[in-house]
Amino acid sequence: MKLSRDKLKSSFLQKVAEMSGEDIASCYQCGKCSAGCPLEAAMGILPHRALRLLQLGCEEEALNFDAVWLCASCHTCESRCPRGCDLSRVMEALRMIRLRGGQSPVHPQEVDEEILQRAPQQAIVSCYRKNIS
Amino acid sequence: MTARESARCLGISLEELEDWQCCGAVFPLATDAIINLASPFRTLASAHQAGADLVTLCSGCLNVLRRTNKLVAADAEIRKKLEDFVEMKYAGERKVFHLLEVLRDETGFDQLQKKVVHPLDDVTVAPYYGCLLLRPAEDMAFDHPDKPVIMGEFLRALGAKPVSYPFQTECCGSYLSVSSVDSTRQAASAVLKSAQAAGAQWLVTSCPTCLYNLELAAESLDEPPRLVYFTQLLAHALGVDAYLEENGALAKNVMPEVN
Amino acid sequence: MRRIGVFVCSCGLNIAGRVDVQKVTDAAAGIPGVVHSENYKYMCSEPGQNLIADAIRQKRLDGLVVAACSPAMHELTFRSAAKLAGLNPYMVQMANIREHCSWVHRDEEQATAKATDIVRAAVEKVRRDQPLEPTRIPLTKKALVIGGGIAGMQSALDIADAGYDVVLVEKDATIGGRMAQLSETFPTLDCASCILTPKMAEVARHPRIQLAMCSRVTQVAGYVGNFTVQITQAPTYVDWEKCIGCMDCQERCPSRLPSEFDRGLGKRKAIGVDFPQAVPNRPVIKADHCLYLQKGRCGICEKICPVEAVDFQQQEKVWEEEVGAIIVATGFDVLGAEAFAEYGYGQYPDVIDSLAYERLNSSSGPTEGVIRRPSDGEIPKEVVFIQCAGSRDPDKGKAYCSKICCMYTAKHATLYRHKVPDGQAYIFYMDIRAGGKGYEEFVQRAVEQDGALYLRGRVSRVYEEDGKIVVKGVDTLAGENIEIAADLVVLASAVTPRTGARELAQVLKVPADQDGFYNEAHPKLRPVETVTAGVYLAGAVAGPRDIPEAVANASGAAAKVAVLFSNDELENEPLIAAVDESKCSGCLWCVPVCPFDAIEEKELIERVGSKEVTRPVATVNAGLCQGCGACSVACRDGAMNLKGFTNEQILAEVEALCLMTGSPE
Ligand SMILES: Cc1cc2nc3c(=O)[nH]c(=O)nc-3n(C[C@H](O)[C@H](O)[C@H](O)COP(=O)(O)OP(=O)(O)OC[C@H]3O[C@@H](n4cnc5c(N)ncnc54)[C@H](O)[C@@H]3O)c2cc1C
Ligand code: SF4
Ligand code: SF4
Repeated sequence: MKLSRDKLKSSFLQKVAEMSGEDIASCYQCGKCSAGCPLEAAMGILPHRALRLLQLGCEEEALNFDAVWLCASCHTCESRCPRGCDLSRVMEALRMIRLRGGQSPVHPQEVDEEILQRAPQQAIVSCYRKNIS
Repeated sequence: MTARESARCLGISLEELEDWQCCGAVFPLATDAIINLASPFRTLASAHQAGADLVTLCSGCLNVLRRTNKLVAADAEIRKKLEDFVEMKYAGERKVFHLLEVLRDETGFDQLQKKVVHPLDDVTVAPYYGCLLLRPAEDMAFDHPDKPVIMGEFLRALGAKPVSYPFQTECCGSYLSVSSVDSTRQAASAVLKSAQAAGAQWLVTSCPTCLYNLELAAESLDEPPRLVYFTQLLAHALGVDAYLEENGALAKNVMPEVN
Repeated sequence: MRRIGVFVCSCGLNIAGRVDVQKVTDAAAGIPGVVHSENYKYMCSEPGQNLIADAIRQKRLDGLVVAACSPAMHELTFRSAAKLAGLNPYMVQMANIREHCSWVHRDEEQATAKATDIVRAAVEKVRRDQPLEPTRIPLTKKALVIGGGIAGMQSALDIADAGYDVVLVEKDATIGGRMAQLSETFPTLDCASCILTPKMAEVARHPRIQLAMCSRVTQVAGYVGNFTVQITQAPTYVDWEKCIGCMDCQERCPSRLPSEFDRGLGKRKAIGVDFPQAVPNRPVIKADHCLYLQKGRCGICEKICPVEAVDFQQQEKVWEEEVGAIIVATGFDVLGAEAFAEYGYGQYPDVIDSLAYERLNSSSGPTEGVIRRPSDGEIPKEVVFIQCAGSRDPDKGKAYCSKICCMYTAKHATLYRHKVPDGQAYIFYMDIRAGGKGYEEFVQRAVEQDGALYLRGRVSRVYEEDGKIVVKGVDTLAGENIEIAADLVVLASAVTPRTGARELAQVLKVPADQDGFYNEAHPKLRPVETVTAGVYLAGAVAGPRDIPEAVANASGAAAKVAVLFSNDELENEPLIAAVDESKCSGCLWCVPVCPFDAIEEKELIERVGSKEVTRPVATVNAGLCQGCGACSVACRDGAMNLKGFTNEQILAEVEALCLMTGSPE
């Protein structure tokens, strides 16, 4: 991986910092967030890696970090982070950038009819808000 | 209706908000997603116009409304934008409560206990808090984020035996049950198994999504705990369920048999 | 008319990089009264100081302005140089054109103009300076040491060996401090008792050391060389003079309570000692748990004591000591249960802290050195150690690194393997901080020889399931979450200041940092002194420290005391407040304003006409006054003045600055 000053100061990083309201540099990669994440198994990757990718200025990799779609915004990470860094907000920022860029991992037409019948309104609205551009 | 009848029975009057709107289900986490705050803001402002505080029965609504309330009280810029957009004035003057908090702080659990006509004789019940009631702790200030007690006290007042189990504050998988069923099932099963291992006959929640996700997970477990909403227990214990059943607000035999 | 010399320093490029030093020198030459002005690259160096001395002699200078760095840096240097050349050192004024000027400005022209103004103001002050002489005060050559841990003991021994008397005040019934709770010690693994208990005996035996046990310092008055200290001793309910230490009472006492010394893992009796090697080896009664003191029943100890030493009527004792210096060595505590809800500390008996683990390891501990888990006494086969528990956690715990836990955790894992060869130790860590001599090698031995498995990451949750303690952590190096079903979990809890440290700091008038550790006078150059003259620090009171470090600064503090005591009298800075009694109206506004309690009321006897009248005026205690100047600001009559910084001088400086002749618009 090549690093340079420009890579570490991109406007993309600035945008993530602003949208999340979090200081990306504050994370010291202790992994406490990952260790407690209830969706980590489904993600297949430790969620705190997202912060590391940002610290290293890896825009492309951060935008391909698909674990963001599995973040439930449960704030378990935030409640334990020793550095007061809210990973769920960083996840949201990455998600929003992708949603606003036109990506949508969920398409209402494709959602299982049975789920739409059974699931409470709350779950469906939440899901659409988090996953549809 | 279960809640309103129960509350009436406890001498609390709950009014349904005239023009309520969905709270939006999730609190927007991106700092620039102000538009998503419009509907909870509108709900809060309507309550203010009606001259009342808000009570919710759902962890999710509590989470969204309480956080929005705190934000508009603290951030004048966002408040201004919302006021202009919704065309209502509101600066966080009202309070947002969860019914459990009202029962604890207004009624008092000891008073509640006195009103119980069908005590849940020693059923072991697992209180399930999940995420939205407790986190983020600074915003919610609901209970200790890792060692909450309020539901346990509530259950005890109704005559049940609360069990403590480590997963009571873990996430059930939330809305992922719509987009990624398997991951939800995994998370929710872990909660159920933990409650089961602690010997819970029932498990009580205060969030429809939790309830749904746990139901999904329960399908693949042997003798999972019975899942109930906290207002159902309340209505039953206060003896208003018969009335409700007659009026069609509570399906017959929703309540598991007590002994 | 004063003959003033101005010396402008370039400070290499520190000043000359922004300020045109030659221009400042030239401008200074034009100020009335300045008869000499020159500049040099490093005024503080020997050639620089010689320049000053030569000019003083040749030009018969009677006032100096040195335009250079901060007075905190070199005022003393230049005052000494002036004194050597025969000038009263208080006729020297620093003009700070570095910190106040060259370092903080970018524009050279403006910086030069500002430097000139600063020099001009300083000249106006020197013009009004008066030669001052230090006052002399006697001193008491006896020291007070607060806290009888390894640091306090070392300080007391060093001072006593130097030939001075020491009062050692310890709040507990035994000396030894935390080290007495330890089993073996890193990095050499020698047993703590073997190196500690002989020292404890030495302290108790030393003819120059007087022990005040179960005692606290409750008041301090006075100043360096002359402190009056109030000591309050809690009742022990045993007359230690009579007691012969047979411990029959401890044997027969029916009341048991969890032993604080054993971190609640073992029991002790209501009467007795914390551990068999306690010094002094004398029992105390824990009043809260004594059946006689609580309920009027029992009284067995009183009945069986062969020398009738038990005394239920004993009262708190308060007395005063005169001392010349104070060393604070009150040590540390560790973060309590309230901090670790997610780790179940305080909830699950098999989640313990590191001090409890030391007690499990100790051959004089509750399990006689066999590692057994508290819940059922089984020997744990899977042990998880969690480092940085509450440390390096600005959001929920302490922001700082506790410094000692990396090392003692490596020690714990090593000792565990020695005792349970088929057991496995897991250590969750974030970084390993092993900076001492032989420390890194010690950690590597724990890994290579004793099989400790280090996992890089924090633990998020600990909970009980199926009789095991489930630990959910992460290994960021493997990129995997880790789950361990452990038998015992040990938290390396953050080091914190002693409970009550803040209150004691107030009594002693020494500042503490935001966490409550006491501040050194200078973190690098004066690590064992405080800003309060005569009060010194030793050991963990100033921050997390291991034994070698605690002992080193204990000896350092003792050396400072010995140096102080090598004087027969103390010289006092003359830059203190002085009352013009003719102007003082006796309102005494200044009394509450003074942070050092240095001002008192005095009856002034005056002759008015033929009558003698008395009226109250303020008077300044030269020993206590630190020259802060608060009183001179508060004084409505203009009667209070700080010598060397009189109201007149300050105004003259301000006026000079207001002229701003050098500055552009
Ligand atoms: C688990 C653990 C393991 C450790 N292992 C090692 C090791 O292997 N090697 C090593 O080098 N270091 C080790 N240490 C560090 C070691 O304990 C400290 O360096 C040492 O105890 C510091 O000594 P101290 O005298 O400064 O403080 P303390 O030992 O805390 O002594 C302070 C004394 O002051 C007394 N006191 C407190 N307040 C007052 C008051 N107001 N009035 C009167 N008396 C008071 C206390 O009762 C105590 O006797 C370990 C620490 C811990 C927590
Ligand atoms: S817990 Fe906080 S500091 Fe640790 S890795 Fe996660 S975000 Fe970074
Ligand atoms: S010494 Fe090691 S374990 Fe202790 S706080 Fe510092 S880094 Fe963490």
